[in-house]
Amino acid sequence: MLSHPFVKFLGRFYRGNTAAILGSVIIATVISMSAFASLIAEHEPNKRVARGHQPPSAEFLLGSTRSGKDIFSQVLHGGQTSLLVAFSASAITTLIAVAVGISAGYFGGRVDEFLMSLTNVVLVFPQLPLLIILAAFIGQVGPLVIALIIGLSSWAWGARVIRSQTLAIRNKEFILAAEVMGESKWRIIFVEILPNLISIVVGGAMGTCIYALMAEAGLEFLGLGDPTIVTWGTMLFWAQSNSAFVVGAWWDMVVPGAAIAIFGGGLALLNMSIDQISNPKLKTGGYIKTWRRMKAEVKAKRAAQ
Amino acid sequence: MVTASQALASNIDVSNEQMDTIEVENLVIEFALDNAFFKRQYMRAVNGVSMTIKAGEALAIVGESGSGKSTCARALTRLYKPTAGMLRLNGQDINCPENLISQEALAKQIQMIFQDPFGSLNPVHTIRHHLYRPIRIHLPHLSGQELEDYMLATLERVGLSPASQTAGKFPHELSGGQRQRVAIARALATGAKFILADEPISMLDVSIRLGILNLMGDMKDEGIGFLYITHDIATARYFAERTGVMYVGHMVEWGNSDAVTQTPQHPYTQLLISAVPEVGRKRDNNSSKDHSKNQIPLWTSESKGCPFAGRCPKVSQVCQDRMPDVTQVAEDHFVRCFALAR
Repeated sequence: MLSHPFVKFLGRFYRGNTAAILGSVIIATVISMSAFASLIAEHEPNKRVARGHQPPSAEFLLGSTRSGKDIFSQVLHGGQTSLLVAFSASAITTLIAVAVGISAGYFGGRVDEFLMSLTNVVLVFPQLPLLIILAAFIGQVGPLVIALIIGLSSWAWGARVIRSQTLAIRNKEFILAAEVMGESKWRIIFVEILPNLISIVVGGAMGTCIYALMAEAGLEFLGLGDPTIVTWGTMLFWAQSNSAFVVGAWWDMVVPGAAIAIFGGGLALLNMSIDQISNPKLKTGGYIKTWRRMKAEVKAKRAAQ
Repeated sequence: MVTASQALASNIDVSNEQMDTIEVENLVIEFALDNAFFKRQYMRAVNGVSMTIKAGEALAIVGESGSGKSTCARALTRLYKPTAGMLRLNGQDINCPENLISQEALAKQIQMIFQDPFGSLNPVHTIRHHLYRPIRIHLPHLSGQELEDYMLATLERVGLSPASQTAGKFPHELSGGQRQRVAIARALATGAKFILADEPISMLDVSIRLGILNLMGDMKDEGIGFLYITHDIATARYFAERTGVMYVGHMVEWGNSDAVTQTPQHPYTQLLISAVPEVGRKRDNNSSKDHSKNQIPLWTSESKGCPFAGRCPKVSQVCQDRMPDVTQVAEDHFVRCFALAR
């Protein structure tokens, strides 16, 4: 089990990499707290359990909303839906972007022309207005429809970036060498090209994740989502419509906002570390530690003399 | 009239020795210059080039950038499709549509070494991965410990010891010379009979060039045929038995390396040799023989005459009209130039 290459890879990835550890811890904490919301939070998210706008206290860790609902419970339960939307939108986007971008870049010619004209059409869709119109047209849309809309309308940027990177890598000599060696096209794409793109693919995926989280929150904040479902966006919507800031109930607004910010920050930290996989030159931590140890040894020797 | 291919063919006697040779006959390669639907413009990168590479021998192709040297090599590995002409491996047409050699079968015979040791290895994979792949594809009966042993033996063979340590490294942990050795090991791992070396030493430090050339020389002695593409006519003489000089897609002079470099006949070859700086020779204003300000022509299928006419010091009227025929100046030394025929 411990000798599995993936485990070894993870070991190499996290060793001495503070940003990666911190980012992963934040993401893991947020995800697991949302996943086990019903175990952690003692109150129901949609039940009136307190008086309106109670400040944070021992019983209500993060205070209560105007209608007397426990914010701690809401932010955990809301995270389930918000994160699900963010991750599924980002997964849809990344899959389409990688498929379109690499095919266009690697195969070139007619394939490239067709895929890029399709991409350019999607690229000029104004996204937020489209989301607003679609959301308004369908009526108050559920989170999964929002995820689909975001996923299907925001892959074009990623596809173009991946295509241009693929074009740059495609003409590198190691790809020619693999072709000369008789490697299959699919192996060249997935084993030789894709690992080189991992930082922009994962970076794009995480960027889209943050974007989808924001877009969903934005739509719901504007009142275009289904306000009966608890998400970080609808929490902001209710806080705004109940003028939480004006009446001094800052916790009502800050908590869902902070949840979005903390999760986005965790993703960004992890994203920085993932750059080092596709560009091992960035990984200097290990060497610096070795040099420091060697320097300390030399010093100790001198002191002993 | 003797065509280039006949002259070359007569000299190496193709008819009874067809095994272990690569023959290139009147190779023409054109590239589209634009993407127009009608009347697409083409440039002719290689025009009527013929050559033969034999196992255990090296053929050097010398010429400046854009002369079509690399294009010839890439056509041999089917990276480019020839517009016209014949490419034969052991007497078999490699582009014959009815009896197509699979890319794997071709790759087992012909491998390439590239110029840039930094670009020719995938930065995300270890050296072990780079050598495992060709062995897995071309020697599928090896597995487990045998595969590892064969891989380590190949690394040792190119002078990368201790091999077990090198195998676990990433390309960025190796020097340029070491990377080029890995590239050679990768080409050898398939058991290739022919290696097309596309300027293998031009991006290396001068001090390690000779090491790589000598390594390739050892491989040659073991029976591998080399196509050695270079700018550097001095290393061509050092490494290769035969040398061909290319200019704008045309082979202008070829033959025995010593003959071509010691008694160059074509004005372009003379110019190339005058460009080699010699130890002990002082710089003077006449050190460069190229006084022409003319551009290197863009060759198309309509172009006529000798491509070197614009820069040639011995140019005459006939040079503008047609390409000169082949003149045999020595037993194994051929030139295409009107100045000699006269």
